[in-house]
Amino acid sequence: MKAITLVEAVNQALDYEMSADESIVLLGEDIAKNGGVFRATLDLFDKFGAERVLDTPLAESMIAGIAIGMASQGLKPVAEFQFMGFIYSAFDHIISHASRLRNRTRGRLTCPVVYRAPYGGGIHAPEHHSESTEALFAHIPGLRVVIPSSPARAYGLLLAAIRNPDPVIFLEPKRLYRLFKQVVPNTGQALPLDCCFTLMPGDDITLVTWGAMVYETMLAAKQLGETQGIHCEVIDVATIKPLDMEMIIHSVQKTGRCIIIHEAARNCGVGAEIAANLAEHALMSLLAPVQRITGYDTIMPYYRLEKHYMPSVNKIVHTAQEMMEFV
Amino acid sequence: MKQFLNSQGLLTQTLPELASPSHLLQLYSDMVTLQLFDKKAINLQRTGNMSTFPPSHGQEALFIGMGRAMQATDVFCPYYRDHGTLMLRGVPMQKILSYWGGNEEGSHFGIQNQDMPITVPIASQLLLAAGVAYAIKKRKQTRAVVASCGDGGTSKGDFYESLNLAGVWKLPIVFVINNNQWAISVPQHAQTASTTIAQKSVAAGFEGFQIDGNDVIAVQYYIEQALNKARNGGGPTLIEAITYRLSDHTTADDASRYQDPDQLAQAWQKEPLARLRTYLKEKGHWSAEQEKILTEKNQQRIQQAVQAYLNQAEPEPEDMFDYLYETLPKELVKQRQSLRKTYRVEA
Ligand SMILES: Cc1ncc(C[n+]2csc(CCOP(=O)(O)OP(=O)(O)O)c2C)c(N)n1
Ligand SMILES: [Mg+2]
Repeated sequence: MKAITLVEAVNQALDYEMSADESIVLLGEDIAKNGGVFRATLDLFDKFGAERVLDTPLAESMIAGIAIGMASQGLKPVAEFQFMGFIYSAFDHIISHASRLRNRTRGRLTCPVVYRAPYGGGIHAPEHHSESTEALFAHIPGLRVVIPSSPARAYGLLLAAIRNPDPVIFLEPKRLYRLFKQVVPNTGQALPLDCCFTLMPGDDITLVTWGAMVYETMLAAKQLGETQGIHCEVIDVATIKPLDMEMIIHSVQKTGRCIIIHEAARNCGVGAEIAANLAEHALMSLLAPVQRITGYDTIMPYYRLEKHYMPSVNKIVHTAQEMMEFV
Repeated sequence: MKQFLNSQGLLTQTLPELASPSHLLQLYSDMVTLQLFDKKAINLQRTGNMSTFPPSHGQEALFIGMGRAMQATDVFCPYYRDHGTLMLRGVPMQKILSYWGGNEEGSHFGIQNQDMPITVPIASQLLLAAGVAYAIKKRKQTRAVVASCGDGGTSKGDFYESLNLAGVWKLPIVFVINNNQWAISVPQHAQTASTTIAQKSVAAGFEGFQIDGNDVIAVQYYIEQALNKARNGGGPTLIEAITYRLSDHTTADDASRYQDPDQLAQAWQKEPLARLRTYLKEKGHWSAEQEKILTEKNQQRIQQAVQAYLNQAEPEPEDMFDYLYETLPKELVKQRQSLRKTYRVEA
């Protein structure tokens, strides 16, 4: 079987599920003939036709809103925002309707929408094309927020997101879109939406991360293990909301140390939520203060400086070493 | 569609006063500059010296005519394809290259004016423009605003909201829509069922019309008229300039995936530079020799800007903190120090 990239895995999941479920429609800007600016919807227009793969007029608020209406009628819209930085005008619909429709109608109407968007930095894109604002969505009750970090998890989590009966924000780390390949059997097997993934077992430090930062974190963990004998347990959170704190707490109870790594700005980032949970539930297990390695509380700089903004392998290694020396 | 010079280089109505031979030569020269600049920028991208760039090809007349129509004291609220106009507003080429080359310095412009920076979130600049126009009106100044966006941008709520407000408050603003027929891969007829974009002004209660955006004379003349009206209390105008995007959307796009080559070939027949060149030649104002001199002069100027761009120092990492607030909060002072330490260690 051929190995595929993360963006091809997204495509494969959409293809699989659209074949299986007639009620799925795709909507977004440039997703039809052009196959999406990252080609996530490549060939789906030819295969499923213009009634199921819709190029919309250019308006994100509209995309978010019509998806909710469609969903209330039993369609299953998977909407693409071209970049995360262009979702903001759609907030009203996502926050005021998508997240609330079930609750507001006491379950009479539901909103099984998936809102997909590429996110994150590191590809030398222009302004607004590189941010990580997952915490904005994680703050909203009624939403789910899912972030895959490998082709296999992109496939399994996207299937799960589409099958889930509630609105899901599905954020794709665009830096990983074509960074590496995996064999992903097209079996339609979904992954759970409420559990973390342990990517590497270890006893010394728990490294908690998600999205593209999984890549740097794994490199750092390997380096720490091979050169310093520091054995990290690496957890890919993957479902940012709801957070699977059980698995993280369980790991920290074993290691006694935790570093949270995310690309997003620090203040009120999802790392703060994880750290607060550890303070509440794992304080007695901690051998050192919980650390966060994050983007700065600045605007994501244009690409000349983006490497200075994003957490590096070095910084993770450094922080881990310091943590081991903490007494 | 309002026009003076058709695609064959023939006059379709008597030329306005502004169209003196020397001014027409100026407009032609401006368009050549822009075209050569864009070619160079694309080269920089292809050779790894720039990330993404949105070319002007096929829309030079619009960008140049718009720039020449404005007065220095007017305010320009551009969208991301408007660097040709910005250059005429006094923004050095080097700054344009810096912006697309991933350096925030590009939006400083390096000059004193109140134009908005290049805006990427589509159509959002139109509302900023309406706010600027209100400030001008409130202070009873004789200035006006040019707010620009693409055809795709007219599908956004911000477009309708700004038109609506401009009508209600009778704002001194000219909306200029670059209808280049495409929003990346989406053709204009998939954006709106309306026969024209111009007619959308009717619902907002003010005048709107189409101009031939490939006729630089028409562009300058009609935008100038609308600006005069706006400066003198006559309220807003919506101008839909018909152009064609004769390039990929940006250097990150491949238009051959979705564009009909015949349509593209037809659009080349209406390209803005050829018609003016034909006209000028016909009138004896232009020769191959002049063209050569102009090209060389431009290439020198562009090469200087490119060298300055390539030679400029990399921004300091701390810059990401230094323009966030007037005074950096103490928590951020710590982060700034930590950044400094980190990159020094890693360097
Ligand atoms: C709010 C928003 N949504 C999406 C994008 C991504 N995007 C960039 S350009 C573009 C098409 C714009 O087309 P148009 O307004 O016609 O301008 P043109 O590029 O053709 O000059 C899109 C969808 C964006 N920049 N902003
Ligand atoms: Mg357009």
